[in-house]
Amino acid sequence: MRLPACWWKQSCPLSDLLLQVESLAKAFRTRGTKAASVKAVASVSFTLRRGETLGLVGESGCGKSTLSRLILSLLDPDAGKVSIDEIDFTNSSGRAKREMRRRIQIVFQDALSSLNPRMTVGTNIAEPMKLQGMGSAASRRAEAQRLLGVVGLRPEYEDRYPHEFSGGQCQRIAIARALILKPEIIVFDEAVSALDVSIRAQILRLILDLQAMFGLSYVFVSHDLGVIKRICDRVAVMYMGQLVEIGPTDAVCHEPRHPYTAALLRAIPIADPRRMRVAGLGQIEGDTVGEAKPGSCAFEPRCPRRFEPCDKAVPALVDVGPGHSAACYLNSLGTPRGTL
Amino acid sequence: MSAPATLAVSNLRTRFGGVSAGATVVDGVSFSLQPGRTTALVGESGCGKSVTALSLMRLIEPPGHIVSGSVTLDGRDLLALDEREMERVRGARIGMVFQDPLTSLNPALSIGGQIVETLQTHQPMSRAQAERKAIELLARVGVANPEQRIHDFPHHFSGGMRQRVLIAAAISCSPSVIIADEPTTALDVTVQAKILRLLHDLQRDMGAALLLITHDLGIVAAMADEVLVMYAGRIVERADVDTLFHNPRHPYTKALLACVAGIEDDRRTPLEPIGGSAPDLRNPPPGCRFAPRCPSAQDICRRQDQTLRSVCSDHEAACVLVETELSLV
Repeated sequence: MRLPACWWKQSCPLSDLLLQVESLAKAFRTRGTKAASVKAVASVSFTLRRGETLGLVGESGCGKSTLSRLILSLLDPDAGKVSIDEIDFTNSSGRAKREMRRRIQIVFQDALSSLNPRMTVGTNIAEPMKLQGMGSAASRRAEAQRLLGVVGLRPEYEDRYPHEFSGGQCQRIAIARALILKPEIIVFDEAVSALDVSIRAQILRLILDLQAMFGLSYVFVSHDLGVIKRICDRVAVMYMGQLVEIGPTDAVCHEPRHPYTAALLRAIPIADPRRMRVAGLGQIEGDTVGEAKPGSCAFEPRCPRRFEPCDKAVPALVDVGPGHSAACYLNSLGTPRGTL
Repeated sequence: MSAPATLAVSNLRTRFGGVSAGATVVDGVSFSLQPGRTTALVGESGCGKSVTALSLMRLIEPPGHIVSGSVTLDGRDLLALDEREMERVRGARIGMVFQDPLTSLNPALSIGGQIVETLQTHQPMSRAQAERKAIELLARVGVANPEQRIHDFPHHFSGGMRQRVLIAAAISCSPSVIIADEPTTALDVTVQAKILRLLHDLQRDMGAALLLITHDLGIVAAMADEVLVMYAGRIVERADVDTLFHNPRHPYTKALLACVAGIEDDRRTPLEPIGGSAPDLRNPPPGCRFAPRCPSAQDICRRQDQTLRSVCSDHEAACVLVETELSLV
């Protein structure tokens, strides 16, 4: 079997590998200027094991939503590919691609706008089955009703319309729709970000319960490291289109090996006045605006730890611990752990 | 004992719609703001926290209207002022920062123009004087090259920079009260950290009272001196920040903190969501409004409204358990 010796495959037995993202890249042409384009995603690679939850965290404009659309094949990449169970998803076409779509589904942030307001809840949930040409009208309806129960709603809500439901209930409906094709992977793109804290806890609980029930694998995209820390096995940190750090949640959150990850962690207010007040909130220079200088680390202009090599070449992801890699020159200096 | 209040709100009631079909969104809210202190008003969406802020500024549009209550600032009841007098209070005595800086800035007016407009509305000064003041203010809130940037327009600025401009306009007339309604909700965490620090430093330097409205308990813990917890139009608990987080007495406050701990705690404490959802204010449940979701609800809770009771000095909670727990001690 052909298998390149890549860092991201090392600690991972082959049979467990479910999703492989290899060197995905996508640039968008900018309006007005002729040749200019923005690299929304620049050569991102990672894997997802069966039953695992991978968090993808980053600030607005870092490319995390573009990446999730590339994974779903809702956008065509400029380079790279996505494979599910070693079958090329990105470059398969027609019927094969449609078949593959059953295996991977997405839940978006704004549930109400992702549901069709003119269809009943039941029709919304059953729509993917219809598009796949599966089942009869009656069996699809029965399945939609069953799934309403699974996500904690009453089956008889099936003939109501989306506007009759609250934000949290709409998110449950969107999750039911994502489940109806019995997928193996679900991508959650900021799926709990718009919800109030009490509702957010309910939906997170549901998401965790469903994973245990159906053995699902998740890619959980969020700007909120708090939520990511709670539910993810591994975390990937994205900055300006690139992964700057990836590894087990505990390692990334407690011993970050990239200054951007460290800055992100220090900027989150903790809900305990004895542990953190405003003076303790981390401050870093600048905003994420513009594009990285070609041939230098994208974080270099804002980095409190920048030094001589940082604007000479783009640092590559290198191993810094078991299953843990970071793209920062500080690590190649043999910097003592935990100093970031 | 606390210093005399800068702004005192008493029994404020704001209603949307008519007598038969309508909702009392703010239902008998009382609190006061002290100079140099930050009071956080925390609650989930629809609890009435933003309507409370808009009521203080008298910015409620029909069909909403303030039914009763008083808002006292500098010894005057703002609710009794005529509209022209109120205009002199807004922006001058009370500065306001909203969640979405793009919609609160005039897109057709330069950054300098927005601040100059506020200044000239409230203070007699020439255009040149106002521009000099605007440059000073922008420098104070951390906008680089303010001399050039006053000629730029809002769309030239990033979200965090726009929020700085809005803060500069809010503090331009040295108000004694600053109201910040979800000032960082639309911003990234690294930008949020900077804006929170800025608000905190400005408030400390100016000695103003800050009313910070947020749904984020992390921000409350970082910023607040005093906390008001709002649920379904009412304040259900009031305490200093340390007491609120470490000795909460209202079951809603406890449940909210448990949700956050469940989500954010590294130790993976179990997720304990609050069952159900907030009541429909057009038809609120009788008695305590949290009773239908409350794990410790008793019969009396469903029959009788619970008003704020004193737990100890400067700590109040609107729960019948406060008394039973006190009698047990």
